[in-house]
Amino acid sequence: MTETSEPLVSAPVSPGRAKFLRFLIRDAGVLLALVLITVFFSATAPYFATPDNALKIFVQIAINTVLAAGMTFVILTGGIDLSVGSVLALCTVVGATVMIDEDLSPTAAITLSLLACMATGAVCGFLNGWISTRWKIPSFIVTLGMLNMAAGAARVVSDNSTITGLPQSFVDFGNLIIGGFLPSIFLVAVLVIAAGWFVLRFTVFGRMIFAVGTNDEAVRLSGHNPDFYKVAAFTISGLTAGIAAMVYLLRLNIGSPIAGVGYELNAIAAVIIGGTSLSGGKGSIIGTLVGACILQVLSTGLQLLGVGDNFKPIVIGLVIVLAVILDAYRERLLRRIR
Amino acid sequence: MDAILSLEGVGKIFPGVVALSDVSLSIARGETHIVLGENGAGKSTLIKLLAGIYQPDSGLIAFNGAAYQPKSPHDAQQSGIRIVHQELNLLPYLSIAENLMLENLPRRAFGIVDRKALNSRAVALLKEVGLEIDPRTRVEALGVAQMQLVEIAKALSYDSKLLVLDEPTATLTPPEIKRLFSIIKRLKARGVTIIYISHRLHEVFEIGERVTVLRNGRLVATRDLHGLTVPDLVRMMIGRDIADEYSFDDTIVPGKIALSVANLKRNAATPAISFDVRHGEIVGVAGLVGSGRTEAMRALFGADAKLDGVIEIDGKPVAITAPKDAVRHGLSLLTEDRKGQGLLLDLAVDKNITITDLSKVSRNGLLNRRAEAAAANDLVGQLRVKASSIEQAVRNLSGGNQQKVVLAKWLFRGTSTLILDEPTRGVDIGARREIYQLLWMLAAQQKGIIMVSSDLPELMGMCHRIIVFSKNRIVGEVPRAEFDQERILSLAYQEYVRP
Repeated sequence: MTETSEPLVSAPVSPGRAKFLRFLIRDAGVLLALVLITVFFSATAPYFATPDNALKIFVQIAINTVLAAGMTFVILTGGIDLSVGSVLALCTVVGATVMIDEDLSPTAAITLSLLACMATGAVCGFLNGWISTRWKIPSFIVTLGMLNMAAGAARVVSDNSTITGLPQSFVDFGNLIIGGFLPSIFLVAVLVIAAGWFVLRFTVFGRMIFAVGTNDEAVRLSGHNPDFYKVAAFTISGLTAGIAAMVYLLRLNIGSPIAGVGYELNAIAAVIIGGTSLSGGKGSIIGTLVGACILQVLSTGLQLLGVGDNFKPIVIGLVIVLAVILDAYRERLLRRIR
Repeated sequence: MDAILSLEGVGKIFPGVVALSDVSLSIARGETHIVLGENGAGKSTLIKLLAGIYQPDSGLIAFNGAAYQPKSPHDAQQSGIRIVHQELNLLPYLSIAENLMLENLPRRAFGIVDRKALNSRAVALLKEVGLEIDPRTRVEALGVAQMQLVEIAKALSYDSKLLVLDEPTATLTPPEIKRLFSIIKRLKARGVTIIYISHRLHEVFEIGERVTVLRNGRLVATRDLHGLTVPDLVRMMIGRDIADEYSFDDTIVPGKIALSVANLKRNAATPAISFDVRHGEIVGVAGLVGSGRTEAMRALFGADAKLDGVIEIDGKPVAITAPKDAVRHGLSLLTEDRKGQGLLLDLAVDKNITITDLSKVSRNGLLNRRAEAAAANDLVGQLRVKASSIEQAVRNLSGGNQQKVVLAKWLFRGTSTLILDEPTRGVDIGARREIYQLLWMLAAQQKGIIMVSSDLPELMGMCHRIIVFSKNRIVGEVPRAEFDQERILSLAYQEYVRP
């Protein structure tokens, strides 16, 4: 009977103030948490507040940020994508194999490799979405299957070995720090987030993603095909897994069938900490970027504080659970304002 | 009279709706008491009060000589009142025996279930309801009639003093009904009091002693069934007053056929139905809940699968396999489940309105928020939706304003024929009139309107003609000049009272 317990008439809050409060609760909350954590570690952890460390954090969050950007689309539609880690692994070996082809010029090899990575990821994502909507299977199960299949495919393609020998120009670009403060791979991550933000906020497609996640039956009866948007969201998640694989190659310079183990969980954690609701329809991709930052700042900060590798996951796990609890409270607060 | 249950001035109010008002009633120990009423008369509210699902806002209920104030279904059971709901509440993957004694499984040491005791007790209970079947059978393997008997046996396992049966025969075949009645009689002989709710007016004479009729949440009368007839009951149920809130606009003259449906067949078991609606015409669809009205509309709109049928719009046959086809051809559907199927509850008013056609407020796939706000504000003003702003989430609007938002979204899209399923359910009287005004305005604009409603006076006030559903069949069509509550209602009951 939660329906009837809600106030029928909302508290009289002026539209301007409501808008500000909404911003504060929904978006600024996570940002505030990031600032507080950063200030805390800056004050307590040695070396934390140094330019070197900041650069390191930027480099380290790049892969997760790209994966989480696509994951945001899927979670907004009410789905989940557990396959992105091993799809990333498959893409790294496909991409690396293409790139070390000696018949191609370095530029052509890199371009083709990027396309191959994105295409491989997108196909995996499309399959996830198509299978789960066509046969009405929970995406949790379908992507769990894909997690295994993509991991297997990565071994097949690479013949179970690590692929090295990427072109020097590619490796150099991966190590590039633009203007001395902006690592190239972080720039890639920021561009992906910016693209996602634009699509979700300003396009018809983005609006439909939110609508489908809010009530797909109402969307269907309004004359749309909600499955199209669900499949598209999974395809985007696969696509970003392909881009993340490229970032992986830039950063580590190897294609590996055992890359990406557990990456999907970090990506999901970033999305959830960033305030996107697991039940769909609510969230923001900027929040996802902040969520990825919080995860990495925590991890690095704890390490510098001397918290051992054994305890670190315990703290991070607690933070994820805390974020979901806060999300429930945030929803209640928001409902009172609207 | 030795009353086992008595209600005094019992009332229940939901936001904007008085579901039950000042009901006083006493049930004699050991009697079988019939409760009748149209859809929305307050029967299910009454049952839910007895079941402990709702608590009354006013009045007193006494059971077995003591005040009865159940806070939950569990309390009700403990007191000795058991409800067999229309939708059966058995766990399909457990055995009959487990279902029978779920809340009170016989146990041995360490909490291990005593299977032997469980099954032997289950056999005894099943015997009482005349069901000879292995108690280890899973419930999912049973037919509806058998499940119902299991529910009744379950009531016996709690040694219930009062049994409430909510439309137990709705899905039974005649021989099954016969058996159910003989079991009811046997229970009665054992001293169990029964409250029996049914739509089938003929059958109540066979088992009931007294009848109570509810209408619009109020008690009309409690009478001895002896000496009453089916027409008497119908008259008590529908009353005589048509509110003056409808002032039919006879200047609107229907034009050419806008939508025609021929031989629409939902599945192999349902009969084919045909009907049509003209431009500028409001066609009412009457029938009991569950008579196939909603299902027919959903099938027509492509929301559910259909087996067969030809749909023509303005004389041209169209293929409708999904709602998007229907919408493309100018049909709109306002569903009976506003919150579950009509609205994006957590999204703002403007986003709910424009969802039907975002191409109108976008260019090359990019939204034009200013155009969207302008369009939404326009419709919100036109329909007098009361919201703090178009950015308010529709969840926080009242039922009437939510319904206006659903109408606004279809007006935004532009429509030639509107199908409205219970458009005024849960809508207060003020908003209701505004919705009526709007429908007449749309009819004057030559839109076709199909209006499904359980509120017969509403249909009679609004419509040019009324088609009547009974058990998935269209059993009649009544033109405005011949509107008569009794006639329409007896048509609605036609397929159900047939022996």
